[in-house]
Amino acid sequence: MNIKQAAIDNKSLIGLIILMAVVSVINANFLGVDNLLNILRQTSINAVIAMGMTFVIITSGIDLSVGSILAFAGAICASLIGLDTPLTLAVIATLLVGAALGATSGVVIAYAGVQPFIATLVAMTMIRGATLVYTGGRPISTGMHEVADRFYDFGAGYTLGLPNPVVVAILVLLICWFVLTHTKLGRYVYAIGGNENVARLTGVNVRAVKITVYAISGTLAALAGIILTARLGSAQPTAGTGYELDAIAAVVLGGTSLMGGRGRIFGTIIGALIIGVLNNALNIMDVSSYYQMIAKGAVILLAVVVDSRGKSNE
Amino acid sequence: MPALLQLKNIEKSFGTVHVLKSVNLEIHRGRAVGLAGENGAGKSTLMKILAGIYSRDAGQMIYNGETVKFTNARQAIDAGIAVIHQELNLLPELSVAENMFLGREPTKLGKIQWQEIYSKTQFWLDKLKQKIDPTTRLGTLSIAQQQMVEIARALSLNAQVIVMDEPTDALTDIEAQILFDVMKDLKAEGKGIVFISHRLAEIFTSCEDIAILRDGHMVHQGHTEDLTEHELIHHMVGRELTDQYPYTAAQTGPVRLAVKELSAKGCQEISFTAYSGEVLGFSGLVGAGRTELAKTIFGANALQSGSIEIDGKPVQISSPRQGIANGIGYVTEDRKSEGLIQIHSVGTNMTLAGLARFTSALGMVNRQSEEVTINEFIKAFSIKTQGGESLVQNLSGGNQQKVSIAKSVLVEPRILILDEPTRGVDVGAKREIYTLINKLKAEGMCILLVSSDMPELLGISDRIMVLANGKLTGEFSRDEATQEKIMHCAVAGQ
Repeated sequence: MNIKQAAIDNKSLIGLIILMAVVSVINANFLGVDNLLNILRQTSINAVIAMGMTFVIITSGIDLSVGSILAFAGAICASLIGLDTPLTLAVIATLLVGAALGATSGVVIAYAGVQPFIATLVAMTMIRGATLVYTGGRPISTGMHEVADRFYDFGAGYTLGLPNPVVVAILVLLICWFVLTHTKLGRYVYAIGGNENVARLTGVNVRAVKITVYAISGTLAALAGIILTARLGSAQPTAGTGYELDAIAAVVLGGTSLMGGRGRIFGTIIGALIIGVLNNALNIMDVSSYYQMIAKGAVILLAVVVDSRGKSNE
Repeated sequence: MPALLQLKNIEKSFGTVHVLKSVNLEIHRGRAVGLAGENGAGKSTLMKILAGIYSRDAGQMIYNGETVKFTNARQAIDAGIAVIHQELNLLPELSVAENMFLGREPTKLGKIQWQEIYSKTQFWLDKLKQKIDPTTRLGTLSIAQQQMVEIARALSLNAQVIVMDEPTDALTDIEAQILFDVMKDLKAEGKGIVFISHRLAEIFTSCEDIAILRDGHMVHQGHTEDLTEHELIHHMVGRELTDQYPYTAAQTGPVRLAVKELSAKGCQEISFTAYSGEVLGFSGLVGAGRTELAKTIFGANALQSGSIEIDGKPVQISSPRQGIANGIGYVTEDRKSEGLIQIHSVGTNMTLAGLARFTSALGMVNRQSEEVTINEFIKAFSIKTQGGESLVQNLSGGNQQKVSIAKSVLVEPRILILDEPTRGVDVGAKREIYTLINKLKAEGMCILLVSSDMPELLGISDRIMVLANGKLTGEFSRDEATQEKIMHCAVAGQ
């Protein structure tokens, strides 16, 4: 009974393990340390975005603007560093820009009563436009000076044997886990998704919490933009296109309900890893990128169907 | 005469829980059988088997002389078995008429015959004496009106067997009386009725037979006249319940709440005072403005004019958050959509309003002390649950209600507003809630009790206010209040 329950609670993890087992049989190189670190590094950007998305989805919202915020924040960060701004200042300023963009969607949703899907769709379009205007459609290089070098070194470097983007993702994971499970804000996030009406009548400041979750999502999208810019040494105006879908897929694969009120941040990490492993496996098996998209979609569909069947049997 | 419908040796288990144990039940033409039992006794499960929603593990169902087995609700409806469900299964965004005919809209060449739908809906609403336009959006109706629509829908199926699962719970006496009159008509037409109610007096006045379930066993079946209310309760709970409405005299303190000429949606110029250590009851018909008054005081509805003083100080309350900050707790009449988050645990629901108690300056929740408090309340309120981790949706109505009250009490309010606190709650749990109210009163809390259950209101309140059409029409002390006097004020100006 307990084993069964544990299996149900950790469906995504079991799915990930099965996937990895299958891939390692097909391709012996898969389980190499370098390849595994590579998967973690590639996954870290989606994982950071998806963790912010988890907050939003638990409130039964959605944030389609994360890919655009990533690109805009990346451009801002690259310009700041190009201007020889101290690294810490550039990073903090960029994160604040992301928070402000997210909070703006939050205000539109909480005060104007616009559906999250529409509000963030609008934000996605407008912010992408703003990025293209700002960059003139061309990549922005971080330049060739000491700050830029340190920035690039950070993106390429390792801490305790792990790639720095992975270390950042782990720190974000710990913070998100703490906020969701051990703070008042976390409780309110779940409460709003569980039943907004009940939350309001219980005295929860629903508007403030909603604005906060979109600000968190925007901040983490900006953080992903910083990581990507550091890795590439430049900001691409079209960076992050379609990333919102990978992030939503990671959240859903991790067992968080789009209806809101339920979800775990660790699930989201597992979900992001499933997508990362899948991308990597298809690559090392030399599957054409056209087929990759179809295969990825099919696996996500399968996972979600299995998940919803499990729920209806409860 | 053979029974219209007969259930024989019905068995049902959910996992390891044996819910129905060899249950027999007979439903006869032209008679109503009152099905009584505490929450969790298996009444709703039995009715869901009857209606094809659940399948039975073993046993027989004989309907019109034939053995039948329904595998879904549609088959049961087609065979002439209609159920008025305890939970409203209506869609708030659709019109009354659309709800009535959902899934069986009359069509001609694929086109819905709206005129027919509207006229038939109007016919059944008229029969239930409801002044409701069939095109009204359902969500704008009160819960009682929605319940009447649910009843109208079941009647419109022209079923042979009609199961009524606590239909009067959301109704006031006047609407309940309309339903009883309709039940008489149905019986005269030779139909069979199963009537479930926690209000035992209703079973005695409107049912010919009584069947009593306890812990999945049918412990008694027979004619109504062979049973007293005392015996019925004894069969239901398996123990003696001495006093249904325990009352302890009030140690009334100073004025706690003074409402002056309050006007808001549904309320006009209402003034009253309530004291600490007092239970002030509010009676009235559905739509009289009691819930609106309660919500305005709490801050969920906007105050249009007038003023509110708490402990002699004027307060401005324009949101539930401010209401709670000013020491007001509100336990809503609608547990499902306003009271508790069904998919969350007992514990997180209980502490949601009072989370600040366990939170450090940095916003961190101390889960140890939270858990201690949750367990204290589970014990103090005798909430039957496996623990604070259990999901609210798995609790019975009475236990959910206790969680809902605990949630408001945990904030240590000075004023506690209880809106229909015993709706959908069985006899045993009702008594526990009354005991709880008395205890809170003894601690000096000021309790406003809104209830449509007249014996309850008379039994528990220290004073009773009566509302009609949004105005205060009467005030009685406990000693002078009678059912007749209150009714007189409640229909004033109708």
